[in-house]
Amino acid sequence: MFHRKGLFLLLMTGVVIGIVAILLMTMGNPANMGICVACFLRDTAGALGLDRAANVQYIRPEISGFLLGAFVLAAGSGEFRPTGGSAPLLRFVIAMFIMLGALVFLGCPLRMVLRLAAGDLNALVGLAGFIAGIGGGSAFLNRGFSLGRAMEQPKSSGWVMPAVAVLLLVFLVVRPAYIHFSETGPGAAHAPVGIALVAGLVIGALAQRSRMCMAGGVRDVMLIGNYNLLFGYGAVFVAALVGNLAIGNFNPGFAGQPIAHSDFVWNFLGMALVGYGSVLLGGCPLRQVIMAGEGNADAGISVVGMLIGAAVAHNFGIAASPAGAPVNGQVAVVAGLVVLTAIAFANTRKRKGTMVTA
Amino acid sequence: MTMVDARGLSCPEPVLLTKQALADYAGGGFSVAVSSATARENVAALLTGKGLTPTISEEPDGWLITVAGT
Repeated sequence: MFHRKGLFLLLMTGVVIGIVAILLMTMGNPANMGICVACFLRDTAGALGLDRAANVQYIRPEISGFLLGAFVLAAGSGEFRPTGGSAPLLRFVIAMFIMLGALVFLGCPLRMVLRLAAGDLNALVGLAGFIAGIGGGSAFLNRGFSLGRAMEQPKSSGWVMPAVAVLLLVFLVVRPAYIHFSETGPGAAHAPVGIALVAGLVIGALAQRSRMCMAGGVRDVMLIGNYNLLFGYGAVFVAALVGNLAIGNFNPGFAGQPIAHSDFVWNFLGMALVGYGSVLLGGCPLRQVIMAGEGNADAGISVVGMLIGAAVAHNFGIAASPAGAPVNGQVAVVAGLVVLTAIAFANTRKRKGTMVTA
Repeated sequence: MTMVDARGLSCPEPVLLTKQALADYAGGGFSVAVSSATARENVAALLTGKGLTPTISEEPDGWLITVAGT
């Protein structure tokens, strides 16, 4: 049912993430967005000038923290293994659609849990969609879906994402003219750089060690009856809920939630797309960032896919707002569900991984 | 000897492959080749959960998780 070994680490990781998220919010991060992998990658894309959405432009040091924290811990425990080559372009496309879905719901799975812990019931609708999407992806996994084997990559390949993480921090601190910084809106709401960076490093390290994954939590219950990851997930919720109650940030309801909308159908379908894609990729957005820090080039390509997806979302009028999900966003989500299903069908075949020898 | 090659595969394929192979397992030794620490932990945990005693040995490209034949 669950394996005690590793469960404690997962619970601790969940509690730390929940508490740190509330702390970051009190120190300046946007409302109910102490941590959001999708939003933070989107803000970074904006800062780099990949889109022109003026109110979401900021290089989030938390992302660099996740990458570097995971990198340091993986390197220290001999788990830094540059691998890659498992259908990179398909992963890029899937990751792009995950981001589109997240920006229609207005949150990654982690932010979904944080919103729920603040009483935002729209996140409950999102959770239902998330579970449905994971169910869809898991069905394909059961039938033999696979994006194929990754191979060893050159050592230097594994250094790219940590180097990018450092470069982003340099840009953040030096503020060259070509990096954009929002003056209003969520992009302007951020905790002090040092604190956000340390928070990211700690979470990156813990998430690497514990293998925390928001999609894996639901997926493992469905596929193998294991509850470990789900408990870690639950720990995030409980810790954040306690934190929110302590600071008076628990307001149950659907209407008037910060950086959220009440378009039921699109909250559901947006997160369904996120769950679906996350299972096909083998991990939620947070897990992709962590694996990228460990030297996994397939995860690295997925992170790039999410960055580009964020830019596309804002350039093509796909991203939602508190006013709801725009038509382009609705089309994008439906297109994503269709495309992911096509990819799933095209890559599902009876597994040949087992050999029986005398 | 049942051998499962789960090297280079994404989560949760190594565990799924192992689970499928276990369904037909009738003794005689079982080994799973993995190339990530996460897969190593998850497969070992799955085997232990089924009452088997896996041993883990390091390979050039990862790890081999073996259950001795009965």
